[in-house]
Amino acid sequence: MSALIEVADVSKSFGGVVANNAIGLGVEEGSITGLIGPNGSGKTTLFNSIVGFHPIDSGSIRFEGVEISKMRVPQIARLGMLRTFQQTRIFRKLNCVENMHAALSHRGGTFRSMFARKSGEAEERAEGLLDFVGLYQKRKLRAGDLSFGQQKLLEFAMALMNEPKVLLLDEPTAGINPTLINGLIDRLRLANEQFGVTLFVIEHNMRVIMNLAEHIYCLAHGELLADGPPEALQNDQRVIDAYLGAH
Amino acid sequence: MIGRRIEKPGCLALAVFGVIAPMVFPAYVQQIAMLWIMIVFALTWDTMGGQMGYNSLGNIFFFGAGMYIAAVCQIWPWYDVGQYTDPSGILTTSFTPDQYFLGLALGVVLAALGSVVLAVVFGLIVFGLRGPYFAIGTLGLAIAAGELIGAWDWVGGGGGIRLPVFPSGTDADPLFRVPFGDIQSADLQGVFFYWTCFALAVLTFLFLRWLYRTRFGLMLNAIRDDEAKAEALGVRTQLYKTVAWSISAFFLGISGALFGNIIGFMEPLEVAFPTVTFGIFMVLMALLGGKGTLWGPVIGATLFHIIKEVTWTHLLGWQWVVLGLLIVVTVVFFQQGIVGWLQEKRPEWFGIEVDRGTAGQRVDAAAADGLDAVLDTGEDAAGEGVR
Repeated sequence: MSALIEVADVSKSFGGVVANNAIGLGVEEGSITGLIGPNGSGKTTLFNSIVGFHPIDSGSIRFEGVEISKMRVPQIARLGMLRTFQQTRIFRKLNCVENMHAALSHRGGTFRSMFARKSGEAEERAEGLLDFVGLYQKRKLRAGDLSFGQQKLLEFAMALMNEPKVLLLDEPTAGINPTLINGLIDRLRLANEQFGVTLFVIEHNMRVIMNLAEHIYCLAHGELLADGPPEALQNDQRVIDAYLGAH
Repeated sequence: MIGRRIEKPGCLALAVFGVIAPMVFPAYVQQIAMLWIMIVFALTWDTMGGQMGYNSLGNIFFFGAGMYIAAVCQIWPWYDVGQYTDPSGILTTSFTPDQYFLGLALGVVLAALGSVVLAVVFGLIVFGLRGPYFAIGTLGLAIAAGELIGAWDWVGGGGGIRLPVFPSGTDADPLFRVPFGDIQSADLQGVFFYWTCFALAVLTFLFLRWLYRTRFGLMLNAIRDDEAKAEALGVRTQLYKTVAWSISAFFLGISGALFGNIIGFMEPLEVAFPTVTFGIFMVLMALLGGKGTLWGPVIGATLFHIIKEVTWTHLLGWQWVVLGLLIVVTVVFFQQGIVGWLQEKRPEWFGIEVDRGTAGQRVDAAAADGLDAVLDTGEDAAGEGVR
């Protein structure tokens, strides 16, 4: 298997709580892959492990064939693997365009480039992407003044500004009203098709993830319960039991 | 945008004041020189505390470090430092103008560079700390430095160092005498250090003004707003933090070198590492003027310095009460500071756009409006976005 992200046998415990137990999965390049599971099943922990937010206890995580389980967050981000947060995180006192500038990639930055002026090209790209997520009208507003949903869109635009190879989205539709969700799904799919960004998505909204993903992994109690295409998973008795709590 | 429009006249007014002040207020030359140093304090503190959100209580460390580095550089090429600082005063010393100015120039340069080196080294330790822990950690650094220097006899220990005496007007280099005329040594010293302090303040201000407009300034703000997010975007936060602290240290080191020579005497606790006076003043001045802004520290330092000088002259005995009151009022009731308060009241002056329609009313309807407008009718249907 030559997947873009290869997770093999990854375990992570917090004290006595086993959050991930010997998880193995792969995210194919160019795909949209889903990660589902009941609350507390270890999805966000797995994300955190992959992006280097905390060290893992055992196992191996490879990105483009490179072992990244010992690397730290900024290093992994510079390789082209980015994540968004469940609780949106944006730079509150900066306006939207400044947020976009701040999100520009730091790959191969020299010491001198730290002191560069904002380039006109970046400005254009920032405005284009803000337009893409529907925030063009709000581009001069402080990000902290935006509504929660708008902040999520901004965070998504910032992630695209960084030109990642793969984007890990932690519940992109949580807290967003239903009207906006459809727009967001379209944009996720567009980002995948047009910009060629591989997506790995944690999602609770079944309608969303079943529509979006090509392949879905389901976690329960820190273990990989099942995986397969959406149709297969929807009818998998183990998945249904896990969600309904039949144990 | 009024902010931009009054910036130029503001700069010009300050520059004119700086140039004519020693002629118009000759009796206050040293106080006004102190004002420039205070402005450097507030500006460099704000780079860390305001722009980057790391409230350092120990920036005064670089002031003291610069002062000591400069003193050693001024003595060491001509005399044995240990003998020079010996309290028994066995050594009689005199410096020719050449020796004095060469030593001073060397001292200022090495004070700046040495402070940068110290910032890089100690940055490795303290930048592992966040929030209040960082504040206390840096405070500890400054206090420890004062105590350690106090125990180091080679640099005079607790007894300190008296600095080389400024060359008197009569034996000064003819080349040097021309711009100042034939005035007394003390006055000459006052005027000379007035100009160096003024130049330092101008340099600091212009440098930071440029810095805050680059990508570096933006990243400092990003670290302030959400450091974890910045890291998640691949920002080398440790590098940015270290460089920012080095910049503070660079200018503070020079200010220390100059201040030591203005006073003519230094000792570790009260003059070089005065954590409870200058160390706190720099925080207070930046807060008073408005942290995280370029002009806030300048305005805060000016106002604070005037209040301080007035209370020290006319309310002697009560000056610490007034200062304490000022700290309490600023911290409790006026955290945003003068410029911050203006930005809230008149955002349009600063080119800050505020969404009057949805601000404070955090509902997704507004987001849906914005998005649907684009989705349904294309981006030309701009009506929805409240400007």
